[in-house]
Amino acid sequence: MTSENIESIVNKRYEHGFITDIETETFAPGLNEDVVRAISARKNEPEFMLEWRLQAYRQWLEMKEPEWAHVHYPPIKFNEISYYAAPKSDDDRPKSLDEVDPKLLETYDKLGIPLHERARLAGVAVDAVFDSVSVATTFKGKLADAGVIFCSFSEAVREYPDLIKQYLGSVVPRRDNFYAALNSAVFSDGSFVYIPKGVRCPMELSTYFRINAANTGQFERTLIIAEADSHVSYLEGCTAPMRDENQLHAAVVELVALDNAQIKYSTVQNWYPGDENGVGGIYNFVTKRGDCRGANSKISWTQVETGSAITWKYPSCLLRGENSVGEFYSVAVANNMQQADTGTKMIHIGANTSSTIVSKGISAGKAQNVYRGLVKIMPQAHGARNHTQCDSLLIGKECGAHTFPYMEIKNPSAKIEHEATTSKISADQLFYCRQRGISEEDAVSMIVNGFCKEVFKELPMEFAVEAQALLNVSLEGAVG
Amino acid sequence: MLKINNLKSRIGNTEILCGMSLSVNAGEVHAIMGPNGSGKSTLAQVIAGHSDYIVTDGSVSYMGKDLLELEPEERAHEGIFLGFQYPVEIPGVNNAYLLKAAVNAKRKHQGLGEVDAFEFLKIAREKMAMLGMDPKFLNRGVNQGFSGGEKKRNEILQMAMLEPSLAILDETDSGLDIDALKAVAEGINTLRAPDRAIILVTHYQRLLDYIEPDFVHVLSEGKIVRSGDKSLALELEEKGYDWIHEAATA
Repeated sequence: MTSENIESIVNKRYEHGFITDIETETFAPGLNEDVVRAISARKNEPEFMLEWRLQAYRQWLEMKEPEWAHVHYPPIKFNEISYYAAPKSDDDRPKSLDEVDPKLLETYDKLGIPLHERARLAGVAVDAVFDSVSVATTFKGKLADAGVIFCSFSEAVREYPDLIKQYLGSVVPRRDNFYAALNSAVFSDGSFVYIPKGVRCPMELSTYFRINAANTGQFERTLIIAEADSHVSYLEGCTAPMRDENQLHAAVVELVALDNAQIKYSTVQNWYPGDENGVGGIYNFVTKRGDCRGANSKISWTQVETGSAITWKYPSCLLRGENSVGEFYSVAVANNMQQADTGTKMIHIGANTSSTIVSKGISAGKAQNVYRGLVKIMPQAHGARNHTQCDSLLIGKECGAHTFPYMEIKNPSAKIEHEATTSKISADQLFYCRQRGISEEDAVSMIVNGFCKEVFKELPMEFAVEAQALLNVSLEGAVG
Repeated sequence: MLKINNLKSRIGNTEILCGMSLSVNAGEVHAIMGPNGSGKSTLAQVIAGHSDYIVTDGSVSYMGKDLLELEPEERAHEGIFLGFQYPVEIPGVNNAYLLKAAVNAKRKHQGLGEVDAFEFLKIAREKMAMLGMDPKFLNRGVNQGFSGGEKKRNEILQMAMLEPSLAILDETDSGLDIDALKAVAEGINTLRAPDRAIILVTHYQRLLDYIEPDFVHVLSEGKIVRSGDKSLALELEEKGYDWIHEAATA
């Protein structure tokens, strides 16, 4: 492929007549090998990375979109999506909070997000599509002293190619599923974390993801490697502006925990869910998987999912190492026309592995909320244990909750427990609270927070506060 | 304090209150008695503002305000408390949390600052000691897995915390064994105050052995058919509700 070809794909550069890199913006919609090459070239990637992407692209072409999830949406036209959107120039982005959509600011206000954070989220003067770079920069000295690497994925590909070659795709192979293959071909950026042997990461690492440009897909890629005896807690927050059209978000997250290592991964996801009539919103089709590769390792997923028009997401653990532990704590809220099909997979491979699943699904409006979980005990996994607790809360009469727990037990020594409940916020409960002087909205929020308590207590403190606030915003007007 | 005039109310298409009138002053304890279906609980729910009960006629004024204009939470802020016949369970919500939210909602309405957790616990512990309740109650889910007696005692605790001007206690004695009944009645007696009115809604006279009312009213078919002092309750106990019914229709 010639450089002319690449330039022609980056069409907006010509439209606006700018030449400097910082002015580059969005690729023309459409996907083919040239687009993949162009993305790789944009990021100055080494040859191995381009090859890897191209192989993924070719595999993707042969794959079919999955249809098994309990969600409904019109077919996605993959050739109408733009696969690369670099940071906009400073001319285009809002100069100050005054220029930001007031409704968005109102939401931040309700969330109690501090002013500087709001500016960051709203995309004012910061590259908020992927922001961990600046966070990492702030604490670069402190992290470097500990030997921790925390940088953008692009930087890792250039600076730490050996680690990327060794671990990329080792947890989620390119052809794992349709969206993982697509992501492998066109991922734009993401974050990379490496915790050396014996190191306890001195601070929580956090990232804010944001989809900015219209008509673009967002395909970020996260890779976290925790060497033996290390420990890390990673937080991710997601938000997107309101747009009329649906946007595709297909991320891949891979976690690797070696002997005695622990990774705690927390997500508060608030992608735009679409309006009350189901117009707009993010399609969130994400593959997240952790590999407890070493003995006594532990991977813990905690997620609070309130956004997205459609969520299709199953953070999973491969429990390979003996005595390794997998955990999944989830609150998934679906209001209005939102659809959520989410859960986890716990694959027990090593002996004496154990897993815990606590899933809290809240449905309101006309939303459909699905828990889909797999607990698989392989023949060699002697003494494996799982406890699953799966609770659904319904608000109103038109929503639905569905539970699909799959279990594949191939070792007779396994101990598996499954508990499930479905409850409703009743008119009697609300009247009782109101008679005590508590408004209906506060009563709903109190009941919902009580319902989610077990999951919230797994979140880092400041995230727990944000999650509660987010829940209240998401369920506003759900009753009445 | 409370003036009910010719109140008519229905649930669905069934008229339950058919023109009842009642006056209650501060410091008084009124007992409202009557057979099942006479409208006792409906009266309690209408005063508290339950939306299933439609008021078709009449008026209720409370401290000079038109009570029927107020939302249930506003009535609570104004000092109306309903002790429920069947207190609901709210799993996962801590009893202390609900109580603190309720106390602070009322304080906010009164223009007072919120009580912090420390202050709240101090007050709650005092009230619980006064009512002879185990402080462990505070950390349990609201009414979750409580026995009948515990639920009713929890209502009295809420009343003690909220310090209402008008408390309506709906069948607070039902489902209680004699010890629980005594404990609940003692709690209510300690909450009698010159600036507080209490309406006891009850089917049986036995509660009145422990809480002496100033007035007793007998409700039948949605109206008060007889009022008197506590001797009326005893007479009723002796002669049965049929006696009232016959007297009313005669």
